[in-house]
Amino acid sequence: MDIIQIVGLGIAATIIIAVIKGQKPEIAIQLSIITGVVIFFLIAGKFAAIVDLLGSYFNKADIDIMYFTVLLKIVGIAYIAEFGAEICRDAGESSIASKIELAAKVIIMTLAVPIVTSLLELVISIMP
Amino acid sequence: MGIDLIFRIAAIGILVSVLNQVLSRSGREEYATMTTLAGLVVVLLMVIKEIVNLFDTIKAMFHF
Repeated sequence: MDIIQIVGLGIAATIIIAVIKGQKPEIAIQLSIITGVVIFFLIAGKFAAIVDLLGSYFNKADIDIMYFTVLLKIVGIAYIAEFGAEICRDAGESSIASKIELAAKVIIMTLAVPIVTSLLELVISIMP
Repeated sequence: MGIDLIFRIAAIGILVSVLNQVLSRSGREEYATMTTLAGLVVVLLMVIKEIVNLFDTIKAMFHF
């Protein structure tokens, strides 16, 4: 049921943006930002439930919770970076969008370093 | 959460563009740019408030 609401909202907002883009392109961009934010809030509840479920699985399998939090942070960074980059690309600033994506990749790499080191240590300890 | 926000901003946008046309037709150019700026500032404040709200939610949800 929710998907119908989301798609309807997206199409309605797109039509309104088409109307406004003629005279006021700056307000059209803000309208697309707001639509993105509203759609995110529509799915925020479900997403939080999924995250809690995964967290409980991690606890049950008593895997170190650090891996899960780093994974979650990476997903969050990827989402925010993609949100910002697409808005900039919509507005026609694709160079800014690619800069944002580059920054996101660097931040994600720095976050992934502890996991990679622990993996390497594991591999070395296994080797005879 | 804020579905009416979209239509409120759309209404402001349409209102500002219509007002702009009317004012520029009647010869008051500076008032036209004034209303454009005012509309832009109002919409910007609403958008920024929602973006801050979004980032706080994301921070809470992804355990930043």
